[in-house]
Amino acid sequence: MSWQLLVIQVFNGLVNGAFYALLSLGLAVIFGMLRIVNFAHGALYMLGAFTAYLLGERFGIGYWPALFIAPIAVAILGVVIERLLLRRLYDIAAAYNLLLTFGLTLLIQDGVRLLYGISGQPYAGPPQLAGATNLGFTFFPTYRLFVIGMSILLCGTTWFLIERTRIGAIVRACTENPTVTRAFGIDVSLWVTAVFGFGAALAGIAGVMAAPIYSVDPLMGADLIVTTFAVVVIGGLGSILGSVVTGFMVGVLVAIGSAIYPPIANTLIFILMALVLLLRPSGLFGLQEAR
Amino acid sequence: MTRWILRAAIVVLALLLPRLMYPTLAVEILCGGLFALAFDLVFGYVGLLSFGHAAFWGTASYVAANFLVRTSLPVPVAILAGALAAFVISIPIGYLSIRSSGIYFSMITLAFAEMIHFVALQADQWTGGDNGIPGIPRRPFLGIDFSDSLQLYYFALFFIAIGFWIAWRAIGSPFGQALRAIRDNRIRAQSVGYNPRVQMLLAFVISAFLAGLAGAINTVAHGVVSLDAVHWRTSGEVVMMTLLGGSTTLLGPFVGAGVVRVLEHFLASSTAAVGIVTGAVFVVTVLFFRRGIVGSLLALDHWFAARSQAKTPGRQGEAAPSPGEVRAKS
Repeated sequence: MSWQLLVIQVFNGLVNGAFYALLSLGLAVIFGMLRIVNFAHGALYMLGAFTAYLLGERFGIGYWPALFIAPIAVAILGVVIERLLLRRLYDIAAAYNLLLTFGLTLLIQDGVRLLYGISGQPYAGPPQLAGATNLGFTFFPTYRLFVIGMSILLCGTTWFLIERTRIGAIVRACTENPTVTRAFGIDVSLWVTAVFGFGAALAGIAGVMAAPIYSVDPLMGADLIVTTFAVVVIGGLGSILGSVVTGFMVGVLVAIGSAIYPPIANTLIFILMALVLLLRPSGLFGLQEAR
Repeated sequence: MTRWILRAAIVVLALLLPRLMYPTLAVEILCGGLFALAFDLVFGYVGLLSFGHAAFWGTASYVAANFLVRTSLPVPVAILAGALAAFVISIPIGYLSIRSSGIYFSMITLAFAEMIHFVALQADQWTGGDNGIPGIPRRPFLGIDFSDSLQLYYFALFFIAIGFWIAWRAIGSPFGQALRAIRDNRIRAQSVGYNPRVQMLLAFVISAFLAGLAGAINTVAHGVVSLDAVHWRTSGEVVMMTLLGGSTTLLGPFVGAGVVRVLEHFLASSTAAVGIVTGAVFVVTVLFFRRGIVGSLLALDHWFAARSQAKTPGRQGEAAPSPGEVRAKS
């Protein structure tokens, strides 16, 4: 494999990694606060992409407005889900919330499928980012470079919000000791809802970003979410930075691995997961969580 | 006494089931029920939610199908080979996933099942990839004609009954007691000398074997295997059958399988409708009906027993058994 091909594969891997990172970040943020694993994250990602598609199709609204509207719409749905459903199960085993979100996934996914069919719909990216950019030695689609940059920006902002600001301090306080936090006059349940909405928005925005690259179809989120679970297991649940770094790293490793030996493309991520489980069962960044 | 009447009624029902509905549907219910019971061995009795049981069901289906297509071995051999294959792959999967617990265990089992799904998709010379394996030959065995759905049903019933017996013995044995002890208090179980990991792995591989047995029989009954057998939907479906019927009730998984399969049968015209209805039932069950059908009946029975006992204060009847005992005996 020539080094040029290798670099192209690294960039391709970063594009996939951008989505792994955004989704596993959303899962980590939600898990950190609510102690639940949101299976519906993939469905919310699909809804983000679908909202963008429908906005364009029905109202002629383009990519840039959709990049704001769709995540907000998905966040609102997330808030409704948290308030109406998830809330009822906080006192019992976390497995039940995983099952609840699994049921929701079937509902959302097949609801969309019933309304719009199974076939993939093309979605045009922003015209400003059409074409390819010269990287000096090769050309790479501009939009995909934008996706990589945007993902890093979003992940960085989220990390900064949670680790370095007052908002983050409140969120972490709610996680670590809800009772004491409540005693300080902070409405913990409101923050729980907000965090879930935020996590849902991250999935929604990832969906909009994915729409021009992959075709928009009801099942687009389903298989991605299961793969993202493997990423989360590799990185270790709960760590914000860990989930982002692991997301990009796994994306790149899989891209390089599948260039060397193509048949392994789909399974490499799970082989990595098995290796990590064997050598470091709590995940690469799991120690931070054990603190 | 009532227990024996109940048992006799169940046997009669099992024998008459193909007269009450399409025999093929009846076989599907039996297979789904054993699959769910196998899942419940890990979920209900060990307290671990496996979200990847499709791996075992599907692997056994593919292996049994390959035996029937490529060799001229009799059907029961193919079924056993399928179940054994599920058992074999469950050893590494179980070993790696049992090191984690709680929600982690669910995610890891789900991921491993997805890996099997991708392998099945890619190894199309063995699995037919997206097309699956159609038209699996089922040569007559000991005069049993598998194209006759009634004969097929009773053949399947025999194997399912063996599977049920294995699960029942495992749950009632000291091993089953140890599993429940680990579920309820792992540290205490460890301090009385059990090795939780070994016991949990044992439960996991037995569960995989039984799930494989169910999958292989299902394949023989249908004469086809599709990629759906290893899809995560299948893993979710078995959770739903168990919850809906009632976890740790032995019969619940079969009742749950009955409801789910009949629902699917009536909605068969639209895949999307199946998803919406199962999704909705799933959400409602998880939110409001976690005891399941059989579990709720048992709770009701319990409540009546407690009430009638309270009304006759002079009578020194048997102390009401704890829910765990009721479940194990029913």
